[in-house]
Amino acid sequence: MRLECRVNNQAVSVETAPMTRLIDLLREDLRLTGTKEGCGEGECGACTVLIDTKPACSCLVPAVQVQDAHVVTVEGLAKGEQLAAVQQAFLEFGGAQCGICTPGFLVMAQALLNEHPHPTREQVREALAGNLCRCTGYQKIVDAVENALAGAEHARQ
Amino acid sequence: MMSIGKAVVRTDGRAKVTGQAIYVDDLRPEGCLYGATVRSERAHARILGIDLDPSFDWTDITVVTAEDIPGENVVALMTDDQPVLVDGECRHVMEAVALVAAPTRERALQAAHRVQVRYEELPVLLDPAQAENSPIHIFGTDNVFKRLVIDRGTSTGMGVVHKATYHTSLAEQLYIEPQGMLAIPEKDGSLTIIGSLQCPYYIHKALKRVLGHSRFHVVQAVTGGGFGGKEEFPSMVAAHATLLAIKSGRPVKMIYRRDEDLRASTKRHPAIIQITSECTPEGELLSWDARIIVDGGAYNTLTPVVLSRLVLHVTGPYRIPKVHLEGVAVATHTPPNGAYRGFGAPQAQWAVERHMDRIARELGIDPLELRRKNLLKDGDLTATGGVLHDTAAFLVLEEALEAARAPLLQRAPPPGAGIAHWKRGRGLALAFHGCGFTGNGESWLKGKAALELVGSDLRILTGSTDIGQGTDTIFPQIVASELGIPVERVSMAPHDTAQVPDSGPTVASRTTMVVGSVVQSCAKKLRLALQAETGLASNNFAELLAARNSDAVLKVEHVYEPDASIRWNDADYSGDAYPTYGWSANIVDLEVDPDTGEIRYLRLVTATDVGRAIHPVLVSGQIEGGALQALGWANLEEVVRDQHGCMRNDRLTNYIIPTSLDAPEMVTRLIEVPYAAGPFGAKGVGELPLDAPAAAAAAALEQALGLVLDDLPMTPERVLLAMERGHAA
Ligand code: FES
Ligand code: FES
Repeated sequence: MRLECRVNNQAVSVETAPMTRLIDLLREDLRLTGTKEGCGEGECGACTVLIDTKPACSCLVPAVQVQDAHVVTVEGLAKGEQLAAVQQAFLEFGGAQCGICTPGFLVMAQALLNEHPHPTREQVREALAGNLCRCTGYQKIVDAVENALAGAEHARQ
Repeated sequence: MMSIGKAVVRTDGRAKVTGQAIYVDDLRPEGCLYGATVRSERAHARILGIDLDPSFDWTDITVVTAEDIPGENVVALMTDDQPVLVDGECRHVMEAVALVAAPTRERALQAAHRVQVRYEELPVLLDPAQAENSPIHIFGTDNVFKRLVIDRGTSTGMGVVHKATYHTSLAEQLYIEPQGMLAIPEKDGSLTIIGSLQCPYYIHKALKRVLGHSRFHVVQAVTGGGFGGKEEFPSMVAAHATLLAIKSGRPVKMIYRRDEDLRASTKRHPAIIQITSECTPEGELLSWDARIIVDGGAYNTLTPVVLSRLVLHVTGPYRIPKVHLEGVAVATHTPPNGAYRGFGAPQAQWAVERHMDRIARELGIDPLELRRKNLLKDGDLTATGGVLHDTAAFLVLEEALEAARAPLLQRAPPPGAGIAHWKRGRGLALAFHGCGFTGNGESWLKGKAALELVGSDLRILTGSTDIGQGTDTIFPQIVASELGIPVERVSMAPHDTAQVPDSGPTVASRTTMVVGSVVQSCAKKLRLALQAETGLASNNFAELLAARNSDAVLKVEHVYEPDASIRWNDADYSGDAYPTYGWSANIVDLEVDPDTGEIRYLRLVTATDVGRAIHPVLVSGQIEGGALQALGWANLEEVVRDQHGCMRNDRLTNYIIPTSLDAPEMVTRLIEVPYAAGPFGAKGVGELPLDAPAAAAAAALEQALGLVLDDLPMTPERVLLAMERGHAA
């Protein structure tokens, strides 16, 4: 099938099988390798992307489902050289260690922050409960997300 | 300009938060094939034949068996008992029998399924307790990988005796990036091996034997977690990818699927530890006898060293006048166990801390007071008769107690629970951890590093990898601080065996402390070289640089020099088993549902002696991440095996690791009691956080329910079972 969609604000048109996994479309066809595969069955969240602002595990989504949709991956979070607040916060608070889970966490956190710019710690923990990290113990990830926008607003003042 | 102690932005941070960091699976060289492994389905069998299904189209498939190995069929590590591919006889399930490569992943997996292995079943030994006397031989004539006895006196016969047996369970490292390796045949006939790994030179050593030559180099890709799981196991993956690349003449990428990774890769050694102690009625320890059985699985891997670290930590951070310790590591027909962060010490200190709680309970003494009475301090002797220095046992204990006085952060109740009948408890556990290799390991190893001055910038060359812990950030900090220059002017050479010297493996909490000190010495040597070149006596790096009238690259190298104050006798296992120790105190608050046995962690307070926090954010990140692995080991993680010894729960849906909701809030306090020979006083800290949290959780559970659990894991089912059996204190 011919798939037409937008990825990170760019129009995309590719020939693909309808049941191609979205993660393979992104990583293999579009060479957007920021999206990671940790399990291939919806359990680790490393492959999380936004589909029309909603987070989804791209290892479970067939390509046909993003026809005409807007997909945002970790590569689409920064505005050019300007990191998104949540990316900046991950750097400051130490939210990334080995980094393999980081793209999924950032995309998921961005989805949360779009809805709740100032989440409580418990909201952050709930929102990120589908993403696994084996390096950090989550403490610094929760710190980063909780303070992401507080930090950004502080910086603008 | 002193960047030591400052949380500079990690050098790989920007690439990691923008998705630009390149892990092995992100590489796709022209013409790349995908590899898959055909594995044994029997625990012990003679291989009668390996057949290719004639109904399958094999035209675009490369098949490799043991016959295709140009050199020796061995994964070189401590002993040469493990083959790269089964030749004649398989000794555990999931052992690699053959390899296939195909133009797509799907084709590779299909082809692997169409390779049929014919077996003749042989008798199987699965129970480690039976191994030594079994007529079935796996390793030598007694199935013993290693036996270790430390005898510094036995029972005085005058104290109160406490005796019990403790079990610890298998555990998976569960790096989120699965095992992966890419082998590329180059035009000049050499090979490039790139992968997810901790120890490029382990792979170099192993591949040299498999290939019979060394016209290849090993490069570390950005690595998505290791925790020991990428210490020795990647040598096997690298050999497999390389064999396929040689036969096909194409690049071959081998990325494990999660289920394969869980079933085939190494796990933490399970241990059975029996302790018989003797103390005064007031709780002062007099003697300590420990008998340990460790299950190594079918091949030796690193098991003898794990056993030795276990035995050396099985007295915990306590002063005991007479100790008798006996450990044996045995072979069974199960997938080999191997390195997992902690390397024997977590098993040991689970047993020690549970035993200390037993003594306190039976004597009616406060567990905290019992510990205070027996904690090690400077000048005390270890189990091997080493004299302690830079101890921090009391400091970390008091710091943790102070931090735990703060009220718990309110957390929302779990869905459908949080009701009044959940019971709360608090538990304490302590640990110490020997930093760096055991005994004379570092002296034998002679870790090297080098430093290059290129223009006005510096480049560090080391085989020590960054697997997330931050080596690539900390080493530049050490050099920059030694020379008094901004950290931005120091970079790291790629971790590529063609470019960097062998600094020893990235294991054993040795990278910052041992290799970091080698790197610091390189910086000192570079200053001396500049002074010699310029004839200037100045210590000011900028001045020295300005006085240079050449822009030739200046390179210095340094080899590890053993700490002269350390004495170790390997023959009788006496002296300083480790150059120094890190110390840690852990306080867990949890609640437990008495109806379901479900544990919910509320808060973990840790106080950890790190010698010197070179980068406080990175080091506390190490502590928090390690501690959560220990808490997962305590109540969630359980490897369930079938009758062949194969892991049944081979998915993330049923091998459960903690999520952000399972994790407690963490309060992480750092204590700095410097080690003189560490860089700026730093000690090793990578593994210490794994040692005590599980026992602290058990103590908290005991307080909450009056339930004594001596075996891991404390899953809800096991908690309930124990309650039914009425194991109440
Ligand atoms: S790879 Fe998609 S959830 Fe793990
Ligand atoms: S940073 Fe390594 S898994 Fe999260």
